[in-house]
Amino acid sequence: MTLNRNLGLCLAFLALTALYALPAIAPRAMVQDLFGILTLLVLAMNWNLLAGFAGLVSVGQQAFVGIGAYAMFAAIILAGLDPLVGVLIGGIAAALFAVPMAFFAFRLNGAYFAIGTWVVADIARLAISQWKALGGGTGTSLPKGTAKEMAFVDQIKELLDVSSAAAADALTYWLMLSLAVGVLIASYVFLRSRMGLGLQAIRDNENAARSVGVDPVKLKALVFLLTAFGTGLCGALAFIQITRVTPDAAFSVIDWTAFVIFITVIGGIGTLPGPIVGVAVFYLLQRLLADYGTIYLIVLGCLGIAVMLFARRGLWGLFIDRTGIDLLPLTHRPPRMVASRPAAHRRSA
Amino acid sequence: MMLIDTLAQGLLLGGLYALFAAGLSLVFGIMRLVNLAHGDLIILGAYLILTITTATGLNPFLAVLLAAPVMFGLGWFLQTHLLNRVLGADILPPLLVTFGLSVVIQNALLSGFSADSQKLAAGTIEAQSVDLGIVTLGVMPLLTFASAVAVVFALNQVFYRTALGRAFRATSDDQTTAQLMGIRPQNIFAIATGIALVVATIAALYLGTRANFDPSIGPARLLYAFEAVIIGGLGSLWGTLAGGIVIGMAQALGASINPEWQILSGHIAFVIVLLIRPRGLFPRAND
Repeated sequence: MTLNRNLGLCLAFLALTALYALPAIAPRAMVQDLFGILTLLVLAMNWNLLAGFAGLVSVGQQAFVGIGAYAMFAAIILAGLDPLVGVLIGGIAAALFAVPMAFFAFRLNGAYFAIGTWVVADIARLAISQWKALGGGTGTSLPKGTAKEMAFVDQIKELLDVSSAAAADALTYWLMLSLAVGVLIASYVFLRSRMGLGLQAIRDNENAARSVGVDPVKLKALVFLLTAFGTGLCGALAFIQITRVTPDAAFSVIDWTAFVIFITVIGGIGTLPGPIVGVAVFYLLQRLLADYGTIYLIVLGCLGIAVMLFARRGLWGLFIDRTGIDLLPLTHRPPRMVASRPAAHRRSA
Repeated sequence: MMLIDTLAQGLLLGGLYALFAAGLSLVFGIMRLVNLAHGDLIILGAYLILTITTATGLNPFLAVLLAAPVMFGLGWFLQTHLLNRVLGADILPPLLVTFGLSVVIQNALLSGFSADSQKLAAGTIEAQSVDLGIVTLGVMPLLTFASAVAVVFALNQVFYRTALGRAFRATSDDQTTAQLMGIRPQNIFAIATGIALVVATIAALYLGTRANFDPSIGPARLLYAFEAVIIGGLGSLWGTLAGGIVIGMAQALGASINPEWQILSGHIAFVIVLLIRPRGLFPRAND
C-alpha cells in the first residue's frame, strides 16, 4: 500500500512536471490540443462530483460554461478589464447564477432534477441571446489582440522566447492545467473530509445519513455552488482560447455536458481518477475516428451504454476490481476491533 | 380579437406538445423511467414515415399505419434488451443509458439522412382552414389537437378499462405484489414502451407535416414534452394534455409579443407552475 502510494505520487509528480514544461518543449498545436482535453477534464471532474458523489444528475452544466464565458466577455468588452480578471468574474457569475437555479432545481428530485437543470440552462441561453450589447443571438468576438495583451504574456514571451500568441496559449494552458490539478486536489480533500463522508453517506442511504445528523440539502447545495464556480471558471478560460462567443456555442448541451457525461461514465463515475481515464479514452476515440464524421459520437454513446450495462463503475472501477490498486482511495478503514489485547501498543490504522 | 386568436393557436399547439408528451407520461407513470431519448425517437419516427412515403408513394397518414408497428417493435426491443436491465432504485443508469441512446440516434440519423431539413408532404390538407366566426383555424392544427385528445382518451381507456391497464396500474403501484399475481413486469414494461413509441409515431406524423425537421431537433421536443408531463403531474394523462396546452399557450403568447420569446416564455411558464405547485397541476394521489 505505502509502496504503491509512493510510486503513484512519484509518477504523478513526474507527469505533472512534464505537463507544466510542455509549452517550452512541444509545438503550439500540441499545447492547444491538450488545452481542449484539460477543459473537458475539468468539466468532467466537476460533473463527477455532482452526479457521482452528490447524486445530482445535472444536464444543465452548459449554463455555467455559457454564463462564465459571457461574464468574461462582458468584463473585457463592456468594462475593459484584463481577461484574467474576467475569468474570475466568469466563475463568480456562474456561482451566483447557481443560487436561484438551486432554489428551483432542488425542488425537483432525481430525474426531474435532470430535466429542470436542462430547462434552466436553455432559459439562460435564450435570455443571453437577448443581450444586444454582446451581439444577441449571433454572438460577438473578443477585440483583436486581447489575448496578447493579457497580464503576464510579455514575461512568458521573454521566458520561452516565442510569439505573443504562443505565449498567450501557454498562459491559458497553464491556468487550465492548474485548475485541473486544483479541482482534483480539492475534490480529494473535500471527499476525505467529514463533509465528504457525509456526502457519500447521503448517496448510499439518505435516510440513514439524516438519522446521524447529516443535512443533505445543505451539503448538496454546497457541492452545486462549488461545481458551478469551477465550471464557470473553466468555461470562461476556454472561451479566451476560442475568442468568439455565441449563445449556441457557449450553451451547447453536446459540447459541455454530453461529452462530459460520457467521459465520466466511461472512465468511472463516482471514482476520482475516472474522469482522467475517461478523457484519455475520449481523446483516443476522437483521434482514431476523426476521419469518419459523427461515427465517434455514436461509438461514444454505445460505449457509455455498455459501461452502464456491464460495468457501472467504468474502466477505473474495472481496474480496481482486477488489480486491487486504488490510487486515490476514498474509503475510510473502520477502527479495529480490540477484544483481547489492549490497543495501546498497536500501530493505528 | 388578436388575443383570442393567439390563445386558440396556442391551444392547438398544445395538442402537438401533448402528443410529444403522452408516451413519455405513460412510461414515466408505469416504471418511473425518464426516457431522455424520447425526443430523438419521435424524430426517428418522422424519418421512418418519410422513408415509407418516398419508397411507396403513400400519403403520410397511411404510411404511419406501417410505421407504427415497426416503432412498437423497436420499443419492445429497447425495453427488453436495454432498459429493463437498468431499471432499479438507482436513477443514474437509466438516465445515462437513455442519454446515450439519444446521442446515438441523433448521430445515426445525421449520417443516414444528412443535416438537411425534411418535411412530410400531406397534400392540400396542409393549407386548408376552417372559419369559426371569431377565429380561423388551420385544419392540420385542429386535426393535431383532436388526435391528442383521442390519444389521451384511448390511453386512459386502456389504462382504466382493460386487463392490460390493470396490469399497468398494478405494476406501477407495487411490482413485487403484481409479480405474485402472475404478472411479468418486464413484459408489461415492454408493452408500455411499445405503446409509447406508437404514440411517438403519431406525434412524428404531425411534427413532420406541420413543419420542417432535421436530426438535431429531438432534444428540444423532449424538453417541451417533459415540461408538459411535469406541469400535468406525474402519471396523469389528462394532466399531460393540460400541461401541453399550458406550454403551447405560453409559447403563443410570448411569440405574439416578440418572436424571439416563444421558447423562452414556454420555459418560464414551466418554472412558474413548478414554483407554485411543485408536484404539478394534477398529481396522482399516491405518489
